[in-house]
Parts: sequence; structure tokens; C-alpha cells
Amino acid sequence: MSKTILVYAENRDGKLRQVALETLGAARLIAGDGDSIRILVAGSNITEAVSALNAYGADTIYTVEHDDLENYNPEAYMAAIEAVIGQAKPDAVLFGHTAIGRDLAPLVAASLNAGQISDVTAIETESGEVVFTRPLYAGKAFEKRVFQNGPWVVTVRPNNIPAAEAIEGASASIEDIAYPAPSLRSVVKDVVRKTTGKIDLSEAKIVISGGRGVKSAEGFQPLEELADLLGGAVGASRGACDAGYCDYALQIGQTGKVVTPEIYIACGISGAIQHLAGMSQSRVIIAINKDPEAPIFKVADYGIVGDLFDIVPLLTQEFRKVLVS
Amino acid sequence: MKIVVLLKQTFDTEEKITIENGSIAEDGVKFVINPYDEYAVEEAVKLRDDHGGSVTLLSVGPDRTAETLRTALAMGADDAVLISDERIPDDEYAVSKVLHAYLSKESPDLILGGNFSVDRGSGQVAIRLASLLGISHAGSITKLTLNGTTAEVHRDAEGDLEVLEVQLPAIFTAQQGLNEPRYPSLPGIMKAKKKPFQTLTLDDLGLSEADIQPATKQSELSLPPERSAGRILKGEPAEVAHELVSLLRTQSKVI
Ligand SMILES: Cc1cc2nc3c(=O)[nH]c(=O)nc-3n(C[C@H](O)[C@H](O)[C@H](O)COP(=O)(O)OP(=O)(O)OC[C@H]3O[C@@H](n4cnc5c(N)ncnc54)[C@H](O)[C@@H]3O)c2cc1C
Repeated sequence: MSKTILVYAENRDGKLRQVALETLGAARLIAGDGDSIRILVAGSNITEAVSALNAYGADTIYTVEHDDLENYNPEAYMAAIEAVIGQAKPDAVLFGHTAIGRDLAPLVAASLNAGQISDVTAIETESGEVVFTRPLYAGKAFEKRVFQNGPWVVTVRPNNIPAAEAIEGASASIEDIAYPAPSLRSVVKDVVRKTTGKIDLSEAKIVISGGRGVKSAEGFQPLEELADLLGGAVGASRGACDAGYCDYALQIGQTGKVVTPEIYIACGISGAIQHLAGMSQSRVIIAINKDPEAPIFKVADYGIVGDLFDIVPLLTQEFRKVLVS
Repeated sequence: MKIVVLLKQTFDTEEKITIENGSIAEDGVKFVINPYDEYAVEEAVKLRDDHGGSVTLLSVGPDRTAETLRTALAMGADDAVLISDERIPDDEYAVSKVLHAYLSKESPDLILGGNFSVDRGSGQVAIRLASLLGISHAGSITKLTLNGTTAEVHRDAEGDLEVLEVQLPAIFTAQQGLNEPRYPSLPGIMKAKKKPFQTLTLDDLGLSEADIQPATKQSELSLPPERSAGRILKGEPAEVAHELVSLLRTQSKVI
């Protein structure tokens, strides 16, 4: 029996997010011969996102466009998704493990009376069975998990599953689905954009993090300069957040975000076990700390014992030289 | 105002994880309230103090969970319900059905839970429950204000802030920043011992094993490859910075 896999392609202000292509990549890992991969794009201004997806070789792109979908509201989005599910009757629905995907997937799973495997970092097929790898205890352990029955609901962690690549000459059939306009019990009154123009922390390839060692909100300045230069994002330890140097939205760790960038630079962070849980799967870890005994050095590929206020600006200079040449 | 807090007992975040006989070892491990649920308990107690009503703690877990529930009672909750049954599988599909079976008879005005549990980290149960109960929800909130039959909440959406007005009854999950959880006081601990504490099984809820067949199953468990300490770069700051950038290019090939 061939399966239908529905990919929720997340867009932000009408622009496709990188995680959308990774979610599509996950669908390709799940799909066998003859399976149908379809995409769902919902929002209020999605023409650009839809045309960007056209080249990725999906069978169908379902679009739901409506003013109610301008800001994220779970009830409005669920109404849109359920309309598409009614049409597509998917055997699997895939989301990015993002603020929106984490919120929608359990609603979809409950409404389909289905199981869900969340925050997936790898997908393999072992003797014909699709096996999902996911972290436990914020990456202090990993489990492989399988579905016992269908349908499947899956969320995939950004930055872990290879993004789907465009297929030359591909084009999808586009089906507009009417938004069923439910009466909403919750309304979005305001959205305060604090991250506009910034690289999303969970998707960033380079993360520069500050701890209590940055000593003040201004102390993040050199880190921000380096992050801007490298096209990376700034993160923080809970120590820095608790001290009020930055917003909790930047916190990395067991009770913060889990990041898996190519390069993680920890500046003035001691390396408490709860912090390590959020970043120890990064590809290359660099630690800058005054204290040669700081536990962060035990996990760092490269360590620099010194004052971050000396080292970070010098690093920025060196990177700038390299990037110019 | 009838408030229910969904609470899970988890490993203390300091604990190292070890695997024994294919499962995560629990010997000698310190258990705590899931840190996010702690914010939910604090918020519930504050709301009850301001608006009147009661706070019921609700948990699915093994018998040892009772100890953690006593801690939350000592923080000021009024009573606790522990659903404990070895037939309940470790799968969010099943756990949310168990919670639903209990809550569908209770009709609380407000249900609070944590953003996710720091052990399994899947963040499904509370939101599934919202769907099963047919009520609204907002995940990852950092502020909650009650205005009669609605609540205004601030939701953390990857750093952006969304302000929502939600009709009650509703479920909210707590994010760090919502409040500062109190420590249980000594009188609180003494009082907690006498507070109502109910332990229920599947049979009490009218559920059978067939109703909660797990939808997913663990097939393997492993520890991540140990990271070994790398190189400490030595020298003057400028030299070290130069060396690091060139190592990232030539050795790690990440830039
Ligand atoms: C339930 C619970 C959950 C938690 N969750 C998290 C979490 O998700 N994430 C998290 O990060 N923590 C978390 N923590 C907190 C964690 O235990 C640590 O307290 C925290 O990570 C410490 O932050 P820090 O390393 O910035 O601060 P500190 O431990 O104070 O370390 C500061 C470091 O900066 C160095 N330093 C100072 N000045 C300079 C300088 N000029 N140049 C270079 N180095 C300098 C010092 O040598 C020191 O090593 C949690 C704790 C609990 C109890």
C-alpha cells in the first residue's frame, strides 16, 4: 500500500524557513517507492513560499491562504490543517520542531488519534521499518523509536536532517483549499517581534554564547559583533539570563534551547551539566574562559584560557581577515 | 476558580545518565518536579491566592511520584491525584488519554502544565489534552492575567512575544520567566502531610489496557559518544586568536 506523506512547510512572513526544506528531506527519508509526498503551506501571504517549493518534486502543494492566518493562532491553523487533512488523508504528517510545529503537531496527533515522535534528529530504515532517533534528557541519552500503528505524526529538529534539494524540471500541482473560518476562542492581540532580521538560534550554523562572565547586557556587544560577521546567532547560559543580561529566549541548555550548530563558541560560561545538555552535540565547540579548571574545557575541541573581552574582539578581527580574502 | 496542575516527576537536572540492562538506571537518582511544571505550580498557587478557588495536582507516574507531589503540596497546592498503574505505557498518546479520562469528569476552569518535560522532552501531553478536552490552549507562556472568563497570556515564540486573549477553560504551558517558584516552607511541609491525596488506577478511571495501547515504542537506547577534551591553545591573545581561526579552516574545515 502506498502512503501519503504530508509535509507542513513553515514560512515566516511569507518566506520559507530552512526547516521546511529539512522537513521535506525527512519525508524523502520516510517515503518508499510509490509513496506520495505532498506539502501544506498556510499563511496570509504565501505566494513566494509556494513558488519556492514548486521545484522540490512534491506531488501536490496544498495552500490555505487567509487573513486569519497572518499571525500564528493554534485554532485558526488547526482549522486550515484539518481542511487539508480531510482532502489528503495522509498516513504521516511532518512538522519542524519549532515554536509552531511543537504547538501544532500534538493537536494534529490528538485529532487523528495518532502517535507522535517529537524532536527527531535522524531517520533510518532498518529491515523495512522506519526508525526515528531522538534525544532524551536534552541529549544526555538517545533513543530509537518506531510507530506501532498509523497515522504517524513527526516533528524534526532543525539543523539535523539534510534539507531536500530542488529537482531540475520538477513542478507540483497546486491545490488551493478554502479556509473554513471557525469561530475562534482565542485571539492574537499583539505580536512583538524581537527577532526580526536575526538568525533563528535553533537554525543557526554558528552560535556565540555568553555566560555570567560577560558581566552585563553591554558585555554581549562583542559577541553580537562576531555573530553578525559570521551570520550566526547569539545564545546564553542560564547564568546570564538569570542575571538579567539577556532575554530567556536566548537560553541554551536542558531547560532552554537545544542547539546543534557547526560552531559553538562559549564565552564566559563555566559548563554546568544543564548547559552542556543543550550544546554538546554541536560539531565544533570552542570555549573561552578565564578559569583553566572550568568544566566547559572538558567538552571543547578548542579551548582558550583568557579574558573574553580580549579574545572575542581579536577573533572578530581574524575572522574578518579570512572572510575578506 | 478550579485549577489543575499537570505535574511530572523527572530526574534532577544534575543527574548523569547511565544505562543498565537496556534502560536508564534510576538507582540513587534524585527526583524533582519537572522544572517547567514548578513554574506551573507557582502560578496556580498565586492565582488561587488572588482569585480564590483550589489547586489540584495531577500526575501519572510510579509510586515514588508521591514524594514529589508532597513537595508541590508544600508549595501551597490544595490536593493531589496520582494515577499510578504499571499498565500505563511510556507514550504520550497513552498518557494524555489517561489524563483525559480523569479530567473529563472534573471540568476545571484552568489547567496549567510545563512547556515540556526535561526527561522525554516531547512537549505533547498538555497540548494533546487541550484537543481531547476540546478547549483552547497556549503553549510556552511567560505571563498570565485573568480577566473574568478570559485570560491574557504572553507566549514565547522563539524569542518573539505573542499576546493572546483566550477564553476559559483553557490549558497553558509554563515557560521559564513566568515566575520565581517558591521553596516549600517548613509549615508548608507539615501541612502538606495532611492534605488530601488520592491514588487511582486504570480501573478507577474506567480504562482498560486496550484503551491505551501505545502508539509508539522505543527500540533502542544509547548514550551519545563521549566528547573528549580537545586542545588548549596557548600564547598571547592575538596569536591564539589567529591560530584558532586557521585551525577552524584547515583542521575542522568549518569555515
Ligand atoms: C533545574 C535547573 C535547570 C537549569 N537549566 C539550565 C539551562 O538550561 N542552561 C544553562 O546554561 N544553565 C542551566 N542551569 C544553571 C546551571 O546549573 C548553571 O548555574 C549555569 O549554567 C551557570 O551559568 P554560567 O556558566 O554563565 O555562570 P557561572 O557558573 O557563574 O560561570 C561564569 C564563568 O565565566 C568565567 N568568566 C568570568 N569572567 C570572565 C571573563 N572576563 N572572560 C572569560 N571568562 C570569564 C568564569 O571563570 C566562569 O567559569 C539550570 C539549573 C537548574 C537547577
